[in-house]
Amino acid sequence: MGMTLTQKILAVHAQKDHVNPGDLINARIDVALGNDITAPIAIERFNESGAKTVFDKDRVVLVPDHFVPNKDIKSAMQAKILREFAHKHQLTYFYDAGEMGVEHALLPEKGLVLPGDLVIGADSHTCTYGGLGAFATGVGSTDLAAAMVTGEVWLKVPESIKFVFKGELSLWVEAKDLILYTIGKIGVDGALYQAMEFTGPVIEKMGIAGRMTMANMAIEAGAKNGIFAPDAVTEAYVKDRAVRNYVFYESDPDAEYAKIYEFDCSNIEPQVAFPHLPENVRGLSDVGEVLIDQVVIGSCTNGRIEDMRVAAQVIKGHKVAKGIRLIIIPATPYVYRTALQEGLFEIFLDAGAVISPPTCGPCLGGHMGILAKGERAVATTNRNFVGRMGHPESEVYLASPSVAAACAVLGKIGGPDQLQ
Amino acid sequence: MKVIGKVWKFGDDIDTDLIIPARYLNTSDPAELAKHCMEDADPEFAGKVEKSDIIVADKNFGCGSSREHAPIAIKAAGISCVIAKSFARIFYRNAFNMGLPILECEDADKFQTGDSLSVDFDSGIITCLKTGQTFYSRPIPPFMQELVQSGGLMKYIQKKV
Repeated sequence: MGMTLTQKILAVHAQKDHVNPGDLINARIDVALGNDITAPIAIERFNESGAKTVFDKDRVVLVPDHFVPNKDIKSAMQAKILREFAHKHQLTYFYDAGEMGVEHALLPEKGLVLPGDLVIGADSHTCTYGGLGAFATGVGSTDLAAAMVTGEVWLKVPESIKFVFKGELSLWVEAKDLILYTIGKIGVDGALYQAMEFTGPVIEKMGIAGRMTMANMAIEAGAKNGIFAPDAVTEAYVKDRAVRNYVFYESDPDAEYAKIYEFDCSNIEPQVAFPHLPENVRGLSDVGEVLIDQVVIGSCTNGRIEDMRVAAQVIKGHKVAKGIRLIIIPATPYVYRTALQEGLFEIFLDAGAVISPPTCGPCLGGHMGILAKGERAVATTNRNFVGRMGHPESEVYLASPSVAAACAVLGKIGGPDQLQ
Repeated sequence: MKVIGKVWKFGDDIDTDLIIPARYLNTSDPAELAKHCMEDADPEFAGKVEKSDIIVADKNFGCGSSREHAPIAIKAAGISCVIAKSFARIFYRNAFNMGLPILECEDADKFQTGDSLSVDFDSGIITCLKTGQTFYSRPIPPFMQELVQSGGLMKYIQKKV
């Protein structure tokens, strides 16, 4: 029996010729990642273990992207733990304010995560790197600590579900809509413990940013990882930024799948996930009248330059509706600078938006746009759980950058084609 | 090993933001996290929970973020084990790595808040003390038992350092 892309990457890292779903393996990792919420606990565990050094100072990456610049004294103390650890262990890749970006946008951009890699990160959206053809999965702080010591992680080889996207995308339908649609179909535990492999003609034409948007939300269906077979699009993205060699793997024609779904994208309209689960998805035409207070465009899901461009395209020449706060968060310093150079900031500022420095910020109710009781936000982020962006009685609606931008102008949920 | 405790019952898809909201993630102090455990699902939980109580939930418990603060908060609140129909995978790993026992039981929806249960981790048998009825949970895989017996992942790793 052949192997899936996911099985092949795991087999190579476990130094085995073949692995089957259900096998427990001990695998070598290429990168271990932590942030300012999860790494402090990992560092404490690391110190308790008695280890003197990290397994490889080029492969332990720390990014304080959640609360830096420090939002309060407690978070300042957390970030300081990362700074001191990075300095003590001479970590090559530690990104502090100024160089810091949202981790899952930053690492691919810097060429630190690559096709064929096995990456673990103490952040659930680590699965984003599947967009490049890597096996990447989120773990907790203790798993991160163990990996920082040994350079290894134990894993159960997952079954794979194959998703085939056919047809043509309609105007204003983006990668975000495809992943929301998928989660709406299979539910928030529809891929529990499994790998989601995204394929088909629509995927082949999709850019890396879109692939990362989709892989990013695999965790919202309960998946262990999301993955795309690397191709010429991947090669063009990684070749000039890779800090190491990389390998392209693809699934064998006789690889086994737990399930195969086929979606005709020609019938998919822009999607919105209603509170309080990412599976509560409706097509834009079924939304009805939903008035809003805030719009957030950014995050590890949709904070890349491509997302900024599409938001600017929609909002150009319009004003944000009276009483609506539009918060734009370029995910990395590169995205920030490029958006500035391309004149996108001019468009956002003319419309009346606030532009934030790179941060995870409001996505997890951290800072930079917290909701009050009873307020509603449309966000390009990835979760709309109870209290996710602030008060437990606030609401988050998930959507694409083009829909979110349109909502800011309309003052309610709606699409770009409703703008005059 | 056996525990006896009173049930706190929750529903489907209890996410990590319900278990410990991100507004409290500027610390990792267990006692501080325990004060806000389950706050957005049941504001009275943290004030009323007693040592060795048991959380019971339906499907996909612990979905969402990778924050280890979630099992830390539950453990520090005094909870002796979590029983659910299914668990989200990162929460599942984290719980074992931390030494918080969790059990998958298809009959989890048959328990109610206030029930007293006796849970035997070795056999996976759960007994309702009021009715005497017994239920079965899925045995813990051998590798996970090895982790638990070592005292969690870091103790397991320390042997290699």
